[in-house]
Amino acid sequence: MTRRRLTRVGYNAAAALVLLVTLFPIYWMVATGFKRGVDILSFEPRWLPIPGTLENYRSAIGKPHFLQDARNSLVVVLVTVLVSLALAFLAALAAARFRFRGRAALVVMLIVVQMVPLEALIIPIYLMLDGAGQTDQLAGIVVTYLTFVLPFSIWTLRGFIVNIPEELEEAAMVDGCTRAGAFRRILFPLVAPGLVATAVFSFILVWNDYLIAFVLLRSPEKQTLGIWLASFTTNHGTEWGGVMAGSTLFAIPAVIFFLLVQRRVVSGLTAGAVKG
Amino acid sequence: MARPATDLAGRATARRRRRLAPLVPYALLAPALLVLAAILGFPLYRLVSLSFQEYGLKELFAGHGTWIGLENYREIFGDSFFWTVVARTVVFAAVCVALTMGLGTLVALLLRNLGRTMRVLVTAGLVAAWAMPTLTAIAIWQWLFDFEFGVVNWLLTKLGVAGYEQHNWFDQPLQGFAVIVVVVVWAALPFVAITLHAGLTQVPAELEEAARVDGAGPWQVFRHITFPVLKPVFLILATLSTIWDFKVFTQIWVLLNQRPSREYFLLGIWSYSESFGVTRYGKGSAIAVVMVLLLLALTFFYVRQMLKAVGP
Repeated sequence: MTRRRLTRVGYNAAAALVLLVTLFPIYWMVATGFKRGVDILSFEPRWLPIPGTLENYRSAIGKPHFLQDARNSLVVVLVTVLVSLALAFLAALAAARFRFRGRAALVVMLIVVQMVPLEALIIPIYLMLDGAGQTDQLAGIVVTYLTFVLPFSIWTLRGFIVNIPEELEEAAMVDGCTRAGAFRRILFPLVAPGLVATAVFSFILVWNDYLIAFVLLRSPEKQTLGIWLASFTTNHGTEWGGVMAGSTLFAIPAVIFFLLVQRRVVSGLTAGAVKG
Repeated sequence: MARPATDLAGRATARRRRRLAPLVPYALLAPALLVLAAILGFPLYRLVSLSFQEYGLKELFAGHGTWIGLENYREIFGDSFFWTVVARTVVFAAVCVALTMGLGTLVALLLRNLGRTMRVLVTAGLVAAWAMPTLTAIAIWQWLFDFEFGVVNWLLTKLGVAGYEQHNWFDQPLQGFAVIVVVVVWAALPFVAITLHAGLTQVPAELEEAARVDGAGPWQVFRHITFPVLKPVFLILATLSTIWDFKVFTQIWVLLNQRPSREYFLLGIWSYSESFGVTRYGKGSAIAVVMVLLLLALTFFYVRQMLKAVGP
């Protein structure tokens, strides 16, 4: 009895430690964002943001180009996600539902392509876009994002479609539906949540990018929010309040979208792979 | 008279449809494949061809490089710095993957042994950390490890560890890399822990119970009963982590204020800095090609596994 009690206490202590390690950094960011300058620059940490202030948020939002960069981010993310979703849905349909010559090669290609790090491809992509006068243009960066968002979307959507039993469409076709009609009336409604999930994953992938925006976008009015955020973390030792407020603002859209689909991330990334 | 006519017409469309049917998948694939060929296939080809060229500022203005064969490769393979960077990249990735997988497994096992409330709380904490964008995570840890007002230095000093007052973690590469590892593992751990915990539900409880009754210790139960069931998921997670940790760029770049010294170079950073820092795109491409090949070799197993799962 006492031994079991002891194990229970041990487990709960370990759990408390995990909670502390995962949540404290996030708490500290949010708390610092609401603290006054004197409380941030204090050798003895002030654990609570009391008395609080909105000064840091005001200064983060008041940084030059914040609104412009937020709009750029939004445009770039939306265009990338919509284009890739449309292309990927058709391709995933073919890969999941049709038998055709070259299907195996296609699957191999989709897997291998995802191993090629963008960190390597950025050199030729930069030179190509530079030659075409498309660096420092939002169109150029959308195209670059597609290089990793599109294969990822095809692969994820394919996983979602494979998991919908083909018999449902067959039944509809026996009942006189055409193949296209079966896709539209049976498959499409069933795969809609998968489409939403894929769109959200893609959103997060693009939102998280730093490297591509950093290489391709030079002028401050064309940059995205990630660059905006990283640009004031470089002023070392200064303005931690502003940095933390900016980081919080930057995290909010990603966190909201992530929470919407988190349950599907596990199944999307692994089940798609294992079940095939 | 009217009926046979429509019948004939119907049969004709049906025949046409049958003839066109094999083309449908290709038509569906065509738009995506064309785009991929242009934005992925062509750059890949360009990357390889650039790696055989001298491509600097002069060539950038001219718009084409000078073919120099294997010269770039000869240069990097002959440079002892290359081998340092390769070794550093491999060790860095290995440490990150080992810590992520090891701690992730422990947290997954812990989750299974917790009461309902605690389990929900810990899962919520993991999901919160997982949801943080990379750039946010970097900023948070940069602040926690700040030399003057960072909580980490304060805590270490409080605990009586000497020498951490006003201590700059990035003065020494080894300590700097420790911070980078913390940032990477903190962000990667939740995905691994939650996925493994989901995988643990597949482990039959009766089997573990039976082993325990037969006198197996906790380690033996894990080693012989639990782990074999988890293995496929574990391997996929380990490979995904390898892919992600092998090409770490942003964490180092931003933590070191976009000016990492050569002691902090991993393959990705080196390739970047040769290309965009000193405008030697040819040499940078050669390094990138080496990085891609190493990564493909390391993840060969994963690719094979996926292909087996997908089937013929």
